[in-house]
Amino acid sequence: MKHLLSINDIDKEFAITILDTAAEMAKVTEGPVKKLPTLRGKTVVNLFAEDSTRTRISFEAAAKRLSADVINFTAKGSSISKGESLKDTAQTLQALGADAVVMRHPASGAAHRLAQGKWINGSVINAGDGTHEHPSQALLDAYTIRKHLAGGTGDLAGLHVVIVGDILHSRVARSNVLLLTKLGAKVTLVAPPTLLPHQVEQWPVKVSYDFNSVLPTVDAVIMLRIQQERMSDLYFPSEREYSTLFGIDAERLSLTKPGSILMHPGPMNRGLEISAEAADSEQSVVVEQVANGVSIRMAILYLFIAGSQESVNG
Amino acid sequence: MGKSILITGGSIEGGVTSDLLIRDGVIVEIAPNISQEADEVIDASGLVLLPGFVDLHTHLREPGRENSETIATGSLAAARGGYVAVSAMANTLPVADNAAIVEQVASIGSQVGLVDVFPIGAVTKGLEGHELADLGSMAHSKARVRVFSDDGNCVSDPLMMRRALEYVKQFDGVIAQHAQDPRLTEGSQMNEGILSSTLGLKGWPAVAEESIIARDILLANMVGARLHICHVTTAGGVEIIRWAKKQGMQVTAEVTPHHLLLTDESASSYDPIFKVNPPLRTQSDVDALREGLADGTIDIVGTDHAPHPVESKECEWQNAAFGMVGLETAFPILFSTLIATGRISWKRAIEVMSSAPARIAGYENHGKALAVGEPAHIAVVDPKGTLKVDRALLASKSKNTPFHGMEFQGRVVATVFNGILTHRAEARSVSHE
Amino acid sequence: MGLEARRRGSEGSPDIHRSGDILPTRSFNDLSREAGKEIYMSLALNESDINRALTRISHEILERNSGSTEITILGIPTRGAHLAQRLASIIESIEGTPVQVGTLDITLHRDDLRLRAPRALMETVIPTLGVEGRTVVLVDDVLFSGRTIRSALDAIGEIGRPVRVQLAVLVDRGHRELPIKADFVGKNLPTSRSQSVKVSLREHDGVDEVRIEGESA
Repeated sequence: MKHLLSINDIDKEFAITILDTAAEMAKVTEGPVKKLPTLRGKTVVNLFAEDSTRTRISFEAAAKRLSADVINFTAKGSSISKGESLKDTAQTLQALGADAVVMRHPASGAAHRLAQGKWINGSVINAGDGTHEHPSQALLDAYTIRKHLAGGTGDLAGLHVVIVGDILHSRVARSNVLLLTKLGAKVTLVAPPTLLPHQVEQWPVKVSYDFNSVLPTVDAVIMLRIQQERMSDLYFPSEREYSTLFGIDAERLSLTKPGSILMHPGPMNRGLEISAEAADSEQSVVVEQVANGVSIRMAILYLFIAGSQESVNG
Repeated sequence: MGKSILITGGSIEGGVTSDLLIRDGVIVEIAPNISQEADEVIDASGLVLLPGFVDLHTHLREPGRENSETIATGSLAAARGGYVAVSAMANTLPVADNAAIVEQVASIGSQVGLVDVFPIGAVTKGLEGHELADLGSMAHSKARVRVFSDDGNCVSDPLMMRRALEYVKQFDGVIAQHAQDPRLTEGSQMNEGILSSTLGLKGWPAVAEESIIARDILLANMVGARLHICHVTTAGGVEIIRWAKKQGMQVTAEVTPHHLLLTDESASSYDPIFKVNPPLRTQSDVDALREGLADGTIDIVGTDHAPHPVESKECEWQNAAFGMVGLETAFPILFSTLIATGRISWKRAIEVMSSAPARIAGYENHGKALAVGEPAHIAVVDPKGTLKVDRALLASKSKNTPFHGMEFQGRVVATVFNGILTHRAEARSVSHE
Repeated sequence: MGLEARRRGSEGSPDIHRSGDILPTRSFNDLSREAGKEIYMSLALNESDINRALTRISHEILERNSGSTEITILGIPTRGAHLAQRLASIIESIEGTPVQVGTLDITLHRDDLRLRAPRALMETVIPTLGVEGRTVVLVDDVLFSGRTIRSALDAIGEIGRPVRVQLAVLVDRGHRELPIKADFVGKNLPTSRSQSVKVSLREHDGVDEVRIEGESA
């Protein structure tokens, strides 16, 4: 398998291999010399047609720690913003000899189009396509949950995770549902009905509108960001009401089991979906998620581009 | 002209095998073993002769978008598909909302001379939905427009729709509605369902189509006007139309070949060759549409032939244009899905492809039975022949067909328009048996 | 399994049975007859040979380093790690004090990564005193081209700066491709390039032995 476009591309065994590899990579990060020669001579291109500092920096750090060369192709000021087509951009990257293209794009399916278009020889790593998927985020979330709640090895069987917020527009939610269930966890979604996807009852999840009733039963809470655009688009009456019904604060945190963790993919709207105290609480692992993100992305780059292209499946 | 064509041994309208002689654009004799000499002889043994097809829904793109298609290339594509008449939708650039444009389109069509091109007039100026277009002057122009449509856009203002329905009664016109509530489909990309949720593409709910269908049927009924619903795509829509017809209401409906075959599953590849307005729906919708076409709820097949240049389809789904070409594949798809399986008879096929569209639009010279004295508009089809779709070989200037590489049974091997042979495939060259 | 020659000594005495009808791999056999060469699998070291070698190496390590306080033993997974544990136990029983022992996975430093599918990583466990300023004793089962050891030296470099690195191997089979040599060797086994040396350890393979397989030069 050459590309990482969706969580559906990897089976349970390979997902666990990615997590295990990330655990070893994390030791490098903690050592005195934060660099490995593993991807020396390889070129990783960050093709970010949508603004995202944190994910791009995370992939960049991961690539550099493995000694790969990194080229950044970001939206502002690039030819993409001037209307250059995906195909032309891809062919430019191919001329640069990219071994991997890490792509973030506002259109769902853009990574698929790049991979199918056969305009580049390298691996396409989806770093977030529209409202479709964000596989590396799900992997780092699973890694974080596993580290705190499953002893850092194996799968997530028996754990209960709740994802809260704008599920309808969230690629993080989609990838997480796929991966968490693949690893054996139970998933509950909490959101107002307007922010749930059509026919979400057919997803392998439970759905609830009552945040408080779910909290005592979960091991991990993943809060999703509410974007500014949603507020003007009739999805809920006001920020205040959203926050009251679906936000996490210290009081809601006190309803959770001891040992449970609070997560957020970032960036956070402090005061909207997550209160400042909750974000800074002991249970919050938001900062650690960022570090884990680098280890996971190192593992992904290693497993997908270190070897020859014939067979890339752990 | 004196030009004569003799077609021998074909099955007339799927019935009796006979010879058919054409002279000066008219069918002059239908009898076994015609011994007359003719300028052109076509051996139609094993083939079926049908009245030439009439498409009530084509986009010829000229004026303004000649990079996608022209009246000439579109006419050629139509002829290859067995069509002798096409209705050209008004969403050109400039929009066909006045007599000058429609006369120009008709005139170019007749110069090209491969099919009758009947321009459709816009309902509202510029398709903007605010003011009525020059409906009367288009009706009284040389183009004699009777069908009006803002297709591409929906006439969503109920008052505007009411006025338009009332106004066209004076010349027995018909409003062809593109049913799509704009507020429920802002930014929509594909059918709203479990798949759109998984793929992260904004959904286009069935109710956006059905609510307009229901509203307009009630309006047309109240006003006493004829209404035509373009490209019906949902089981719910079929149900509403069936109810309306049972009440005796004057509504006619159309289905495209692609909605008789493809489902929203195609979108899983994110290949925008499958992106179309209205979107591909689910298998149960496809089944309901086939049933509706068979039982008369849906009156006609309309191709909604929508050419787009390569760059509009070779990109991310949400940035791609909506639409598929379809003139050349319409009959083979209809044959493979419904005629070959016995779901509809040759008689019904003739109704949906020829006589019903001609009747709805008022095209007097079209949709006639193959009989002595009638104009020679004939599609010769091979029920055993197969068509392997190759986008490179399409006559259409644009190659955006979702059927590339697929094989269908039921090939159009020749088309006669006004006694002129406008299409002739290589003899039986595509494999069958 | 297969026909066994008697143990081949380092002098290469011709105690080799030609394969008969008993060999499981007939095609192997046919090839051998056609090529006119001899194919055999010989036992180079048995369980007691291995134990004696490890005991001797343990003493040599202690002698060279004047005891075990300054050394950190790092085994290269998989079998090198088991051998490292064994050496550590022997050294501990001789000295009466625990010795620093761990594992060092070298996958990420290999020089042949781009030539094959990526391998899963093994565990690296560096003992509490680390490597900085200490003597690292690398342990592996077979020393061949030397590339694995080169990778291990790079890997150590990223953990810290030992004052010296020594190498202990169970078997040295020659054919170095890099200027690497072992400080402590269990057994020198001259081999041809086409042969392979198979080390089996009780912890991993259920039995302790070293075999040489393949055509002789």
